[in-house]
Amino acid sequence: MTVNEEPKLGFVCPTPLPSKDTVLLGHGSGGKLTADLIRRVFLPAFQNPILARLDDQAIVSVNGLRLAFTTDSFVVQPLFFPGGDIGSLAVHGTVNDLAMGGAQPLCLSAAFIIEEGLPMEILSQVVNSLHLAAESAGVQVVTGDTKVVEKGSGDGLFINTSGLGIVPEGLCLSADQARPGDRILLSGSIGEHGIAIMAVREGLEFDSPLQSDSAALHELVAAMVAAAPAGIRCMRDPTRGGLSSALNEIAAQSQVGMLLDDRTIPVREEVRGACELLGLDPLYVANEGKLVAVVAPESAEYVLGAMRSHPLGERAELIGTVTDAHPGVVAIRTLIGTTRIVDMLAGDQLPRIC
Amino acid sequence: MKYLDEYRDERIARALVADLHHRVARPWVLMEICGGQTHTLMRYGIDELVPKEITLVHGPGCPVCVTPLEIIDKAIRIASRPGVIFVSYGDMLRVPGSESDLLRVKAAGGDVRVVYSPMEALKIARANPQRQVVFFGIGFETTAPANAMAVWQARREGLRNFSMLASHVLVPPAIRLLLRSPQNRVQGFIAPGHVCTVMGYREYEALAQEFRVPFVVGGFEPIDLLEAISMLVAQLEEGRAEVENQYVRSVSREGNGPAQAIMQEVFEVCDRKWRGVGPIPESGLRLRPEFAAYDAEKVFDVASCSAEEPAECISAQVLQGLKKPVDCPAFGKRCTPESPLGAPMVSAEGACAAYYQYRRLAVVSQD
Repeated sequence: MTVNEEPKLGFVCPTPLPSKDTVLLGHGSGGKLTADLIRRVFLPAFQNPILARLDDQAIVSVNGLRLAFTTDSFVVQPLFFPGGDIGSLAVHGTVNDLAMGGAQPLCLSAAFIIEEGLPMEILSQVVNSLHLAAESAGVQVVTGDTKVVEKGSGDGLFINTSGLGIVPEGLCLSADQARPGDRILLSGSIGEHGIAIMAVREGLEFDSPLQSDSAALHELVAAMVAAAPAGIRCMRDPTRGGLSSALNEIAAQSQVGMLLDDRTIPVREEVRGACELLGLDPLYVANEGKLVAVVAPESAEYVLGAMRSHPLGERAELIGTVTDAHPGVVAIRTLIGTTRIVDMLAGDQLPRIC
Repeated sequence: MKYLDEYRDERIARALVADLHHRVARPWVLMEICGGQTHTLMRYGIDELVPKEITLVHGPGCPVCVTPLEIIDKAIRIASRPGVIFVSYGDMLRVPGSESDLLRVKAAGGDVRVVYSPMEALKIARANPQRQVVFFGIGFETTAPANAMAVWQARREGLRNFSMLASHVLVPPAIRLLLRSPQNRVQGFIAPGHVCTVMGYREYEALAQEFRVPFVVGGFEPIDLLEAISMLVAQLEEGRAEVENQYVRSVSREGNGPAQAIMQEVFEVCDRKWRGVGPIPESGLRLRPEFAAYDAEKVFDVASCSAEEPAECISAQVLQGLKKPVDCPAFGKRCTPESPLGAPMVSAEGACAAYYQYRRLAVVSQD
């Protein structure tokens, strides 16, 4: 096969496909396609050292004050799901992106892109929920925007929120800080948000209703930082792409390997069952109220204790160790004692046939 | 979780492996037929646990991998038509046809939807009477009964806007072809547990007798597979060539009678080309003429076309157990899940993708 030749009729090479000419849904999955899109399109256009850190938030110094700044868009369907809705999610997502940099949130913006025909009642409910979530997180929505698009140009309602926060002095968390020997801590059971959403979409029912874990994590983060101010290297909230994407990003940025232990990663029975049924792996399912932290070995015990003392970290676990073997690769000890790779998915997790 | 935890237990696994080391005396080449089993073997690193005398090679049982290119091209053409709702199992969406895949059809505005059951496709058809709903009916004997039921039900209801692009394949003819090949090196088979849940395992008794090779019907959890390997090795070491059933919690010798009956009523056996393998006589199922009104190939005029695989892809040899994915010079370099050279790198059940996803570490450290 000659690679440079134009494909001819009759003999057509089935692959590789012209993969880079169209944006696919998979480009928004949080996996390799997303990373590729950022690397090929966005980074070259906007290149600067703050963006290059590729953290969940930018840290900008202004007159000696270190401000955290982030933005996130919310396109979830259905708009209302067990445990939350697009309004509360829009607060939690942005507050958490700030919190992962160790920042305490100051204020938010909220922009609404509304498809014409959306019942006013639904909009009011979402706005009220956004307000309540902001209030309970202790932040105010201080600016906003409204756009209405033609029927068919949106999916009911999209929300964008941006957030501003302050990073405590001396705290410097970034995905390139992980070091061999560090411990990996997870704040609780994984996969609940993704499965709660999927259960609504697929009409799955559980004995006890499964709720999204959507929650603001900045107070949990504050408790962790107080327990070991110098011991925390970096944090991520494993949203799209799940725990696997979050850890693969840190491993790549820090050029370290990771070894997890499957026995210690908490997954609720309902989530396990749904994942078995749907052919999904909980490691790739989205969370909206969990964080994973890389912590210096001598601080791990204190940070874990602080996490477990907080309601949002009650089920926190030590799930693995950072290693200098296999840099950039996350591996896991399986339930039967062997080791395998936890790769970042290319695109969305697609349900298997059988 | 019951029926899961006891099949993923480290102590039981270690005991089985110790027993296997004790039992094996000579080298044996074993093949797991089903892609779901390949997936578990790689995910749990079972090929690393078993004694070095045992070589595991991977069979043709990944439905996504063996669906011929021509059918995928037809699916893409039908899905691209305005007014069509094309409904498929999830992992068919990324499988490349000659020039595109269903994900790209969707990106270009085609109405392509993922379902877990063909019955959901019927629901979509009922809800959209003005549109043609086409279900992509692929897979082995496992998915055939449900797909047959969907067509049967559509006819009973008199649904006029539902059809199926059917390209089912059957396991035993492929195994027969493999055993007849002068190059064959497989000495024992783990038969596919899901297929046998539907079909039973009488068909495999004929194969075991004719070719003097043992079969063990195996499940899909790590303990299932270790047990199945152990039972196969016992047969081989003792010189037996029987069909045994490890997956007793799901499989009986006769299989699922009503499921077989609906398949019989709706489908008939036909010759079928397998992607990566070639044409295999009487290895497929197609809709019977009585159901022609529900046959998407007849409803839509999609001319047949032929296309070839890239020369560099060795999937034919991988799917027949002649080579392992890591023997391919393109593996992990020019062929990755993001830009696959062949179907086994696309599906989660494909042998190449399973190696890539779970086992690159071992491959890298061997280099």
